[in-house]
Amino acid sequence: MSDIFNFNVLAGVLRTMITMSTPFLFAALGETFSQLSGVINLGVDGIMLLSGFLAFYAVYLTGSIWLGLLVAMGTGLFMGLMMSFVSVTLKAQQGISGIGLQMFGLGMSSLLFKVLVGTVKTVSGFTAVKIPLLGDIPFFGRILFQHNVLVYAAFLLVPVCWWILEKTNLGLKIKAVGQNPAAADSVGINVNKIRYLSVCFGSMLAGVAGASLSISIANLFQDNLTAGQGFIAVALVYFGGWTPIGVLGGSLLFSLANSAQLWLQVLGVDVPASLAVMLPYILTIVVLTVAVNRGKQPAALNKQFFRGEN
Amino acid sequence: MALAAPKKLLSTSTHSRNDWFEFFLRTIIPFLGVITALIISAVILLLIKANPVTAYAAMFRGAFGSVNAWTQSLVKATPLLLVGLGICIAFRASVINVGGEGQIILGSLAGTWFALSFPGLPRFILIPGCMTVGFLAGAFWGFIPGFLKARYKVNEILSTIMLNSIALQFMNYLLGGPMMDPEGVAAGTFLAQSARLPQNSWLTRMIPQTMLHTGLFVALAFAILVYIFLWRTTIGYQIRAVGLNPRASHYSGINVPFNQMLSLTIAGGLAGLGGVIEVMGVHRRVLEGLTGGYGFTGIVAALLGSLHPLGIIPASVLFGGLLVGANTMQRAVQVPAALINAILGLVVLFVSGSALWINQIIKKRKTAAIILASDKDSQS
Repeated sequence: MSDIFNFNVLAGVLRTMITMSTPFLFAALGETFSQLSGVINLGVDGIMLLSGFLAFYAVYLTGSIWLGLLVAMGTGLFMGLMMSFVSVTLKAQQGISGIGLQMFGLGMSSLLFKVLVGTVKTVSGFTAVKIPLLGDIPFFGRILFQHNVLVYAAFLLVPVCWWILEKTNLGLKIKAVGQNPAAADSVGINVNKIRYLSVCFGSMLAGVAGASLSISIANLFQDNLTAGQGFIAVALVYFGGWTPIGVLGGSLLFSLANSAQLWLQVLGVDVPASLAVMLPYILTIVVLTVAVNRGKQPAALNKQFFRGEN
Repeated sequence: MALAAPKKLLSTSTHSRNDWFEFFLRTIIPFLGVITALIISAVILLLIKANPVTAYAAMFRGAFGSVNAWTQSLVKATPLLLVGLGICIAFRASVINVGGEGQIILGSLAGTWFALSFPGLPRFILIPGCMTVGFLAGAFWGFIPGFLKARYKVNEILSTIMLNSIALQFMNYLLGGPMMDPEGVAAGTFLAQSARLPQNSWLTRMIPQTMLHTGLFVALAFAILVYIFLWRTTIGYQIRAVGLNPRASHYSGINVPFNQMLSLTIAGGLAGLGGVIEVMGVHRRVLEGLTGGYGFTGIVAALLGSLHPLGIIPASVLFGGLLVGANTMQRAVQVPAALINAILGLVVLFVSGSALWINQIIKKRKTAAIILASDKDSQS
């Protein structure tokens, strides 16, 4: 048991934590925009799956990781348009339309994977870039500064999202639309346009999250690659109290749970694997139950907006 | 005179004609959604160089092309119907139960445990006993998200999804150890499946050489029971009232969180019952992949059945058929069965997207009918 607690293992766990928080960060930051504008997008997992597969397939065919990333963003954007058309224009009940999008993404990614690729194959995805000087710091350098571009981008996105939401006119509009769409409408804000924008931006980030799994972390695709991480990302937004900083904390907590569980298995600690895998899901329920920030929930979340009727 | 209008509306033929029109809209439009989903999927099949005509032909042949195909479709329709009925009850209280998969697992595990623990019981006690235990286990798995929603306002979609994953891992754990078939252990195969159920607990198969078992009648009976529950009992009325207008229900003294919790618990119970019936009728043991996506397909069946217990019967036969047909298609023309999930997802998007639109048309027609009736009234 003693070797679990040595520095190398600790560094390994923490490094894996940083890597594994990437998909959570991208997806949950995107979902923050969506939810702040009043639309709960439960299709994130489906978007991650289809974008993840198409990104993988693009890299598999051409070898270009940047093309893969672009494909993922495009797929996310397209599925975001689907979601916003059904939920904002047609005013569907958001919970249902999100589940529909999830089923579509799950089925389509699996179908395409089986027809176009067949068996599990690996690609060479994003490779780690060591940041000069910082990457050489003992212990911390390995944990924080020897990652690939997507990981750095995910963490840089946190202040960027904070800045957009807190310091720009657009951020104010997004939050206004999510708090009180009727009031926002009465001062001339186009509610539907803002919601389309937020959902599509969020879905595009969900696409990147999918790519971060298939061409940066796993470097392969298989059926249901996400294993519900998209849904956990939606829960993280609640946990984070609809702020990018909170989402960052939540993402790190969850990826820590994930990486600790992986390391326990690698080190052969005697815990049944299936019980260890349960951990993040149980944690999600606990987190949703005790989430202290519920007062900050956008008042119009999960509510359709009918212009001139309320 | 204006006050007389609603009464007149109830008594004249305008009302029943509107009823038929409403029924038509609520049935035909979702069905058009299925057709559109099939067309879009056909285009995608073309893009990946598969032949949609032969694929769909194989699918429908496998679903409804022979007596054998029909029996298989009905076998799949049985758990779908039970899950769909539960989702219908939850939906009526504005709760979305996405936890069917987990509830099926819990129900099948508990029912199997009961049958294996009391193999000596006579048939007429063991079978209802298994069903009750399965129902209770599923109900417990539905109660958790129901309680969390009622007490802590936890989003039930997220919690039920998480509970699905937890139940799946729990099943893997049990089948890989405590519940693993002793025969498999002895033979060294270590298959992840439970021991075979005692013959006493098997549901009778009605047609030789097919799987069609008597569980179908249990499911049909529950469809009628759920109809009576929702439309002929006080609790059912309260559940529907909560779904139609939570605020008005609250002010008229209905306990909204309690009714939502109750509806999720019953929904879980019905899914659990579906799970144990699947075990007793088809597999006769718990094994991996038992749920077969029924938890999600049940949502689609409930939506397509217009959230009406009797409407869900044909809807679950249709989707049961599509699930069977998808496997036939995979074998016959090598188009992966996963296609069906994509189709189901599109159906959900279309049905949810058209719901408001249908309601608006019906509302407009009703308003027009009231105006018309009161006009006639004032003229005479």
